[in-house]
Amino acid sequence: MLRSLTIESARPGVQQRSTTALALAEEHYFRIQKEDEQIGAFLTLCRERALEQADRIDRMAAEGNPLPPLAGVPVAIKDVLNTRGVRTTAGSKILEHYIPPYDCTAVARMEAAGAVVLGKTNCDEFAMGSSNENSAFRPVHNPRALDRVPGGSSGGSAAAVAADMAVAALGSDTGGSIRQPASFCGVVGLMPTYGRVSRYGLIAFASSLDHIGPITKTVKDAAIVLGVIAGRDPMDSTSADLPVPDYVAELAKQARGLKVGVAKEYFGEGLDDEVRHAVESAIDKLKHLGCEIVPISLPHTPYAIPTYYIIATAEASSNLARYDGVRYGYRARGVKSLSEMYRRSRDEGFGAEVKRRIMLGTYALSAGYYDAYYLKAQKVRTLLTRDFEEAFQKVDAIVTPTSPTAAFRLGEKSNDPLAMYLADIYTVTADLAGVPGISIPCGNTRDNLPIGLQILGRHFDEATVLRIAHAYEQSWAASALRL
Amino acid sequence: MKVSEEDVAYVADLANLDLTPQERAGMVRDLNSILDYIEKLNALDTTNVEPMAQVSDRYGVDKSKRGSERFSYASRDDVPEGLRQSLPREEALENAPDADGVFFRVPKVIER
Repeated sequence: MLRSLTIESARPGVQQRSTTALALAEEHYFRIQKEDEQIGAFLTLCRERALEQADRIDRMAAEGNPLPPLAGVPVAIKDVLNTRGVRTTAGSKILEHYIPPYDCTAVARMEAAGAVVLGKTNCDEFAMGSSNENSAFRPVHNPRALDRVPGGSSGGSAAAVAADMAVAALGSDTGGSIRQPASFCGVVGLMPTYGRVSRYGLIAFASSLDHIGPITKTVKDAAIVLGVIAGRDPMDSTSADLPVPDYVAELAKQARGLKVGVAKEYFGEGLDDEVRHAVESAIDKLKHLGCEIVPISLPHTPYAIPTYYIIATAEASSNLARYDGVRYGYRARGVKSLSEMYRRSRDEGFGAEVKRRIMLGTYALSAGYYDAYYLKAQKVRTLLTRDFEEAFQKVDAIVTPTSPTAAFRLGEKSNDPLAMYLADIYTVTADLAGVPGISIPCGNTRDNLPIGLQILGRHFDEATVLRIAHAYEQSWAASALRL
Repeated sequence: MKVSEEDVAYVADLANLDLTPQERAGMVRDLNSILDYIEKLNALDTTNVEPMAQVSDRYGVDKSKRGSERFSYASRDDVPEGLRQSLPREEALENAPDADGVFFRVPKVIER
């Protein structure tokens, strides 16, 4: 029952009174109560806030008023997005008891559109990780195979949607953190263009790379959510002042005639055979749908991971300087001086991976190393972006695997930071260039683990990305709903 | 070895971290392994390539203008109560580990 519930199907039910927002919320809370102990997707539930909102929607429906696009839809919010009055931890001990005094713009827009926020989802600490094992609270288990990771860092959001504990969720993507967990959990994850969605109220990791986007069961649902959260916000000066298209209407257009690029750099060493096979079959399918498949090259791809780990950590080291135990967050006890308070609060409050990244970023920015690391990486970022700009003169979209492997086992990579970083090898490029990308399910391994297909598009051309994804999803026998 | 134990201590100091001896040893190992991998970038010639700090450096700017004028879409009037009212004092202090109702309280800064 819950499995087949989408945004597309939930709203008409609430509008026509065949169900109520309250019943949908209660059903999902029941499911969470039953399932989440073993999965660990939620860190905080906000029942009161959810039921108040559901009641508001039901009263609107009873009065016969037309309902907004997300009316009564139970959603989950990654715990890096601030929610006024509801604990927001970023998966970190340093913010364990933090209650934000304001709402993130994307969350406020979701609620204004009628969404019912059930709670806040688990994630890697400060969104730093690819497996969700860096959460200070508990790891998340992949609903499809409990001994496997759900991916990260938006692992809780992806697991919540995959396990039918929410109809949709918001995540954040800095190096692949929406697309990779969506791929691992067999759901849809969309990272919009940088600047498409306001970052106001997103707890900063790397400001030039951070994106907010939806995780949903279907491509159409992702299009609906994007339409709600996209658009200029005066509170984020990097949010673009560009019109927001009707993404759902765009889905109706055929994929026929579109030029789809396949870059050889995404099919090299390290790509698992089963993933390769599934993605190649998906490319065949697109060909049958009338897309023209064009071989292309994105020659600087092999430099993306090193570039990313300099820029992201440099920005993180600066963004995380604010956690000092003074105004909010954890403060160490029994300290004698201000300096000792800063150090011990940070030492005790941050986890191992966060400290590692702060150290790497501080090193890359320190006197004598700035040119060799940070400036160099910024220049390579230009080259990586030019790769995309040149490719998009020839093609309308690019398809790749989302991740080189399906979900790995808990503990498999947690002692080798570099091996973990390489899980993002196909996703970091889009973050660096700021282009939009989606991950959609395109098959399963022999062990029945989901495989993700990534589709990348031009800046601010989510419409084409969604259109191809939708056409593929519709044609695929085992759509996301029939797992 | 690019990074020695002394380097780690120096960088930790810059980052306001102490790190336990065990953490420092682990950090020497991890940073060296990651920096070795990052070395890859030196294979690329980036002479005459402009650094890219932001995606919005390339999108949304008015290219016909110069300097900060190019980013005029992102600017607003600098007024004390602009887009958002300041938080009331009680709310601003609510998350403070230690406050006296007016100020944040921290350990003594100046030794006598």
